Amino acid sequence: MRTSLGLLAFIGFTLFLLAAMISIRPFGEPPHREMDDWFITHAQIESSANNVVTSIVFDYRGFDTLGEATVLFTAVSGVLMVLRRKEGMKK
Amino acid sequence: MNGNIWVNFPFIVVALLLALGFYTIGFKRNLIKVVIGIEILEGAVNLFLVALGYVRGGYAPIYTLAPSEAANPQNMVLPTPQALTLTSIVIGVAVSALMLAFAVNIYKHYGTLDVTKIRRLRG
Amino acid sequence: MTTTIIKTTTKILTPLILVFGSYIILHGHLTPGGGFQGGAVFASGLALLIVANKYETVKSLFEKAPLSVLESIGAVGFLGMACLGFAGYTFFKNVIANSGFLLFGGKTPSGINPGYLNTGGTLPYMNIFVGMKVLAGLTSIILVFFLIMRRERDEW
Repeated sequence: MRTSLGLLAFIGFTLFLLAAMISIRPFGEPPHREMDDWFITHAQIESSANNVVTSIVFDYRGFDTLGEATVLFTAVSGVLMVLRRKEGMKK
Repeated sequence: MNGNIWVNFPFIVVALLLALGFYTIGFKRNLIKVVIGIEILEGAVNLFLVALGYVRGGYAPIYTLAPSEAANPQNMVLPTPQALTLTSIVIGVAVSALMLAFAVNIYKHYGTLDVTKIRRLRG
Repeated sequence: MTTTIIKTTTKILTPLILVFGSYIILHGHLTPGGGFQGGAVFASGLALLIVANKYETVKSLFEKAPLSVLESIGAVGFLGMACLGFAGYTFFKNVIANSGFLLFGGKTPSGINPGYLNTGGTLPYMNIFVGMKVLAGLTSIILVFFLIMRRERDEW
């Protein structure tokens, strides 16, 4: 009974997602691109790099990369703390 | 509504992957299968982010040895969603590593990986 | 698992994978790639080394490797490059670009060009530091998952 109710809710959720993705804006025509045009025309002058994506990640939005490096450090230290080997623990 | 439904084909794939991820999280019993469902969800969201920035007939936003008609800024694909997807992928890797470490610890403590049997908080 | 096929293939493939990962890290401002992608390729080369050797060899090899020191150098170096902009400008400003510094300080010709390695400003330095941080982090995760299994004998 509970499983069939859950399946019904899941099918309704899938139909809602499909209806949303069909009526979204057409694929391949972004409406607002003033910021990206400025990035493409000025990235070689200001950052002196050929790769526009790398100059966005490390120069125009470098603060987000700093936050992401912190998340990576926190996850690695969390994994190393969870899988410790205590003395006297039987295998 | 558009004239032709199949123009939005990448977005329909994103919706199907989201439904698949939610089904795996909600209806499966093994803990590793739940972790795989979370990874499918993360892949679907990254695909949606990248597919938002596509320009029809566009080139990659890199100036090194590009074809000569790619110098016009109207012909290049939007670079900002690609930069944000990089961050999202790395955070997904970190979250899934932490989830698998917890799964190993749960197996050592309880002896089973069935989610209906891991109920009580034992000391 | 250390069969003969895996040992022979690892001896040939591992230097190629490590050099390819370093190439992706170093040319991050010219071709697609950068710090995160090159660090992941480098860590997968080290993961191949971990899988294809015996337990005692891996334990004695990686006890001497300073993985935590490498990750800390990567984090502090990235912050130091960002704090270079305090001398007159804002935080995170690219102060080495177009300035004529000895390493990575040249000017990029605008438009389509074959890439020159001497350009980029603070971007190649940040790529190298983030690459060090990512490879140390991912290798530590794979190593600790390998060492908790404690295989005292080979599989075959």
